[in-house]
Amino acid sequence: MQRIGVFVCWCGTNIAATVDVKAVAEALGKEPGVVFATDYQYMCSQAGQDMIRDAIKEHNLGGVVICSCSPRMHETTFRKTAEKAGLNPYMVEIANIREQCSWIHKDMPTATEKAVILGRAAIAKVHLNAPLTAGESPVTKRALVIGGGIAGIQTALDIADAGFPVDIVEKKPTIGGKMTQIDKTFPTLDCAACILTPKMVEAAQNENIRIFSYSEVDSVKGFVGNFHATIRRKARYVKEDVCTGCGLCTEKCPQKKVPNEFNLGLDNRRAIYIPFAQAVPKVATIDPNYCTMLKSGKCGVCAKVCTAGAIDYKQKDEFIEEDYGAIVVATGFNPIKLDRYDEYAYSQSPDVVTSLEFERLMNAAGPTAGTLLRPSDGEHPHTLVFVQCVGSRETRDCGKPYCSKICCMYTAKHAMLCREKYPDTEVYVFYIDVRTPGKNFDEFYRRAVEEYGVHYIKGMVGKVVPENGKLKVQASDLLSNEQIHIDADMVILAAAIEPDESARSIATMLTASMDTNDFFTEAHPKLRPVESPTAGIFLSGVCQGPKDIPETVAQAGAAASKVIGLLAKDHLMCNPCVAEANELMCNGCSSCEKVCPYGAITYSDKEFPGPNRTRVLRRVASVNPAVCQGCGACTVACPSGAMDLKGFSTSQIMAEVDAICK
Amino acid sequence: MVFSYFPGCTLKTKAKDLDLYTRKSAEALGITLEELPDWQCCGAVYPQAKDEIATKLSSIRSLASARDLGYSLVTVCSACHHVIKRVNHDMQTDEDIVLRANNYLQLDTPYHGETKVLHYLEVLRDELGFDELAKRVKNPLTGRKIGAYYGCLLLRPSGEMQFDNPEKPTILEDFIRAIGAEPVIYANRNECCGGYITLENKPLAVKKASAVTASARANGADCLITACPLCLYNLKENAEGDMPVYYFTELLAEALGVK
Amino acid sequence: MQKNQELELTATIKRISGVNPRLCMKCGKCSATCPAFDEMDYHPHQFVDLVDKGQIEKLMNSKGIWNCLSCFACLERCPRMVEPAKLIEAVRLAVIRQQGQNHLKPEQIPDLLDENLPQQAITSAFRKYAK
Repeated sequence: MQRIGVFVCWCGTNIAATVDVKAVAEALGKEPGVVFATDYQYMCSQAGQDMIRDAIKEHNLGGVVICSCSPRMHETTFRKTAEKAGLNPYMVEIANIREQCSWIHKDMPTATEKAVILGRAAIAKVHLNAPLTAGESPVTKRALVIGGGIAGIQTALDIADAGFPVDIVEKKPTIGGKMTQIDKTFPTLDCAACILTPKMVEAAQNENIRIFSYSEVDSVKGFVGNFHATIRRKARYVKEDVCTGCGLCTEKCPQKKVPNEFNLGLDNRRAIYIPFAQAVPKVATIDPNYCTMLKSGKCGVCAKVCTAGAIDYKQKDEFIEEDYGAIVVATGFNPIKLDRYDEYAYSQSPDVVTSLEFERLMNAAGPTAGTLLRPSDGEHPHTLVFVQCVGSRETRDCGKPYCSKICCMYTAKHAMLCREKYPDTEVYVFYIDVRTPGKNFDEFYRRAVEEYGVHYIKGMVGKVVPENGKLKVQASDLLSNEQIHIDADMVILAAAIEPDESARSIATMLTASMDTNDFFTEAHPKLRPVESPTAGIFLSGVCQGPKDIPETVAQAGAAASKVIGLLAKDHLMCNPCVAEANELMCNGCSSCEKVCPYGAITYSDKEFPGPNRTRVLRRVASVNPAVCQGCGACTVACPSGAMDLKGFSTSQIMAEVDAICK
Repeated sequence: MVFSYFPGCTLKTKAKDLDLYTRKSAEALGITLEELPDWQCCGAVYPQAKDEIATKLSSIRSLASARDLGYSLVTVCSACHHVIKRVNHDMQTDEDIVLRANNYLQLDTPYHGETKVLHYLEVLRDELGFDELAKRVKNPLTGRKIGAYYGCLLLRPSGEMQFDNPEKPTILEDFIRAIGAEPVIYANRNECCGGYITLENKPLAVKKASAVTASARANGADCLITACPLCLYNLKENAEGDMPVYYFTELLAEALGVK
Repeated sequence: MQKNQELELTATIKRISGVNPRLCMKCGKCSATCPAFDEMDYHPHQFVDLVDKGQIEKLMNSKGIWNCLSCFACLERCPRMVEPAKLIEAVRLAVIRQQGQNHLKPEQIPDLLDENLPQQAITSAFRKYAK
């Protein structure tokens, strides 16, 4: 039997207001094996930790139970405390009497009784704890960044600056992401391309960075410090190292009717194309869905005009295998589809556009060379109506329950730019709330109203009717309690943003968790915002939640610093709470191998003593402790009870259950 | 293809054409519509209040009767379809209504929403198929530019009606293409024509119906089609200008050569 | 109307409509899309607001309850699934369920008829405006 010390934390009033902490300490002090029990205002404080350390030495404790907050908060703290006093850190157990008790109960006698039960369960478990020692695994000093938008680029640059090699994998033909399509950036109105393209070039020229454009991550295996990825370089039918980016092929290609995705289909490109002038890498790509040569074998114009001989119609997808120590997800976002919002007539009139389309219509490199023209007839629009929150803050299935966060600011920007460039325009913005909490953000929005005369109307648009060359906008003005009608030339919809459609399959591949909206979940919403709960996976940009460019760049840098911290280590301490197979009980059925999400279990034939001094070969499971994450799936799948999880063994769990049910 | 058929009161009186051409086109297409022997008026509006039970009973009787005959129940009038479909939804989802309605009706077998309710358009789209319909067309209405008028009742609330995308419906346009004509998309096709208010506030009905026909005309429609007798009345009698309005079944019969 | 009477009525309206007015985020899309807006003194978003505040009497005396077209545009397009149309119907029922408060009387009908009017219009008007 262990000599156990029990420490009951008040957590200020968090616990003590609902749980009678002294009564808990007193009751637990009478449990078998408990030789010391006390309570204190803040166990996690230095004084509290000193109290634990002194008690371990003074009472020669072999096990410690802390009744406090969730182990997610302070388990590591208390384990370190114990270690400093010479106790194996895995002899410490936490009874969570805050989140699982004081915070959810109102009645003190009930909460106190429950706290005692939780403490008793932890004591029962500590009795069966054994000292565990963490092993070590090496770290591959290279990082993988999935997604080459501003988030991915910034993360890669920061990691590369620290001296570590980084690979960026981008599924599009060029890096740069959504920011390449944006005209000006709020709140300073500097040109997006002017601040982004130098970073794209810097990434391309940095000797620590490799860019795999037009490529996707096919599979990832392994674990923190030791990932192994397969990257598929999609055939672009152009030799990347030979193409000079002269663009002649993109002028001569006879297939002219391909919707240009860079301009969101507002104009056309050729079947062989370079997305835009500053693309990185600046090489052509053949779109196999439209290329006549690839589809029917007849054409070959691009090959004929290419003086460098870069065209290769026979190119196949290539696969690259590489090891990484850390992976950063920077998969970004897209505006939602507007099929269910046709009350705004998006599908009925080319003059109803999304805000991203509007960016292209205002952009000097866009389809109208930066002159704002109505898509239907190329005329100058006089009345523009902006609609906010199209699909954001919406609980219907077709919408998103969250605020997309960037729309209030970019709409203010659009409205302001419109009035600045074209003072003859009337600009209306329909809003539910104007949300501008950022440095110089609200001032920016107020400038749109006060200096530029944008009409902000609290209300919503209910219907847009295209009729006789105008868009009849029917809307509410809640402050004047009127329904208003505006004959507009253009309507601009601030569509909600959602994670890129690739995010879910990437999350599955990485065993990284997501929320119900397909945003990646962070390890802690406040304290670990750039790490996934899966070790070695980091989050950068909108894949974690809606954010603007300044926030994205800040988060990208934070993710990079976490990666650098990881790659700077030569070895990682492994979690010793891993599965272990009892080879004598294992019947070789492979059930555990099939359920293991990390590929940590392998089977091999081993010799065992048989009857009459013979040796027999048996197929048995073994766990790679460096790969095992301690999830316990194998222990419940094993039919013979051969699998057990160190630190959470079946006997320990059963002892806890018994203690609770006593 | 055999279905139970619920014509509804208006189809027996002021909207005889809607009924007649439904039957003729169905016959030409090999669809058997067997009129429910004991149908009663659906009530013409769906009672939204959760404590309205008696006003739903006539619909439940028809639904139970179709269930006992073993067929899906086909409607053609938008209002009947709306009421019967939503009452059926209540009988599938609202335990309180199920309990009280069954207590009241004392049917041999209590009703729990087993009957599948289909609009005739859904039969054409999902059971026959518009491609198949196009093949059966004898007199394609080539060159006619037709605006589909959906109105409110077929589409909304979309969660219960499950008829089409409520903001961007395509079923009537696909139907128009199948009979050889050209559909005209206009924004007011799913806006209210004001039909229900015609007794209470005629000027409002006039205003709303005129907005529909103006929107259709501005987008180049020669005529409108609808499935609702009240919409047809309102668009013909109350709307300014004289936009021709037909029941979709009339044009269907014409295209099939059975008019 | 007495305070407790109005409280009770508010609870009834919420119960029979099945609408929770607290879901409203006050965007005004219901009133933006309402085809009968100009014929109403209290508009769809105000129905939600006033039911939430328990001020039913104002709504019972409003002409909006007779002019709602039951087109369900507010209900379909509401981003928060509040369903104002159901509140309007519940308030209308609260009025006509009172003795002698029928809004439409049979003797009014003959004058309103014309040759082509489908009886659907009469049946529905009785269902909506009378008990």
